[in-house]
Amino acid sequence: MRLRRTRATLIFAALTTAMATGACGEAGEDGESSGPEAEVVEDPDFPEGSQMAEYADAGSITIGVKTDQPGIGFQGAGDEAPTGFDIELGKYIAGQLGIPEDDITWEETISDNREPFLQQDRVDLVLASYSITPERRAIVGQMGPYYATGQQLLVREEDKEDITGVDDVNGVEVCSVTGSTSLEQIEEQGGVGRGFDTYSECVEQVRSGAIDAMTTDGAILLGYEAETPDELEVVGDEFSEELYGVGYFPKDDTDFCNFLRDSMQKAIDDGYWADAFEATLGESGIDTPEAPTMDECA
Amino acid sequence: MDVLFEEWRQIVDGFWETIQLLVLSGLIATVLGTLLAAMRVAPVRMMNAIGTSYVNVFRNTPLVVLFILVVFGLPELDIQYTYFEKAVIALSVYTAAFVCEAVRSGINTVATGQAEAARSIGMTFTQTLGRVVLPQAFRAVVPPLASVFIALTKNTSVAAGFGIADATATLSALLNNDPQAAVALFVGIGLGYVLIVAVISTGSHLLERRWAAAR
Repeated sequence: MRLRRTRATLIFAALTTAMATGACGEAGEDGESSGPEAEVVEDPDFPEGSQMAEYADAGSITIGVKTDQPGIGFQGAGDEAPTGFDIELGKYIAGQLGIPEDDITWEETISDNREPFLQQDRVDLVLASYSITPERRAIVGQMGPYYATGQQLLVREEDKEDITGVDDVNGVEVCSVTGSTSLEQIEEQGGVGRGFDTYSECVEQVRSGAIDAMTTDGAILLGYEAETPDELEVVGDEFSEELYGVGYFPKDDTDFCNFLRDSMQKAIDDGYWADAFEATLGESGIDTPEAPTMDECA
Repeated sequence: MDVLFEEWRQIVDGFWETIQLLVLSGLIATVLGTLLAAMRVAPVRMMNAIGTSYVNVFRNTPLVVLFILVVFGLPELDIQYTYFEKAVIALSVYTAAFVCEAVRSGINTVATGQAEAARSIGMTFTQTLGRVVLPQAFRAVVPPLASVFIALTKNTSVAAGFGIADATATLSALLNNDPQAAVALFVGIGLGYVLIVAVISTGSHLLERRWAAAR
């Protein structure tokens, strides 16, 4: 109980500081002034009837994102908008459509509902640590990869000598999100998978000592390590390859895919991609990687 | 459709976990619930109060909240159980409240004269309850108890979000791998639950028929 109170006080203190600094930040943005500024194209010209023209004319877009992955897509209680690498890239793509970030609607998508949300038009794009797989590409479009990561392990600081990598997981309980590929992967490696509804619940189990390790994409784990660097540690090499893509629908809209690809290429070329990385995932202290080469739109 | 056959092993494993949860928590809940019902009708004030408070607290707490208390609360107090044990604790503690009320309603169907007759020949409270009242009460309680177990069957799926690889977690995993098979998966896993429920209700019908004659 005492621990809890200390943590609550800390969070409160952090919030107060964040709010205070936010108040001094520019243009009345809600405190997250660290990310790069996404350029908003004035009156972009798109062929009539295309998806791009549709969004540009409407002047708004709905983007599906994760809200429980620090560094990638995260929205704390009371935050007005999510923050993270995926969010910054979403702002850039919207900017290329002439849509300023205030007119973006962020919709939370969890792993299970990303395809249905795209199909039902509840979201226009998905940037939600969305790994490219052939099964997914069979029903929705996935432009990318725009970021490459791999599965790793997160353990308590004091356990980092005992669990140094995937070779040590035999018979060890490891948590992740229920139904995720990471969970299946760790069972193939001999670990005992334990599924939770969200990543935050899983990391809480590691912190409280109920479980020894957490596993998912390294990028997500780094975000949690960055939150409490002296409590948690990411260990071992990546033992899978996850390539993130931008989800869109319908999958055969090649023009839209090409637009997404060109926008992302522009973000990579003009340094926005790297700036966005440094301001989000880079906070955990890792070097900014090279952007992967994106697939051609078929 | 194919995914149901290709992944049958995983689906069966999932349902096996569900059934284990169901049977174990069902048993514990029945024992605990019957004890609580006995407390509620006992001639001791204190016991009545404990029984009543238990039912009021646990029947009115959402199951997910109970799961959070057990799965996230206990480790903070340095009480360590396996995830399966934690799920069984949450499910049986919750279901016991409903079993208690079903059994109590059954006790009320037994004519007062029965208990009075038992007492007049010198039986103690425990003897009256155990030998005269409860055996008759359980007969009346079969249908409502079956409903409680059917609800429990579906409630076990809450454990999927708390470290248990049950049928619902399997659904989630298969869905994530093969989103195209969504409909087949929902229907297939749904039918599995229907099958378990069908077994429970058939069992309850048979018991009801068998015991009804003696009435």
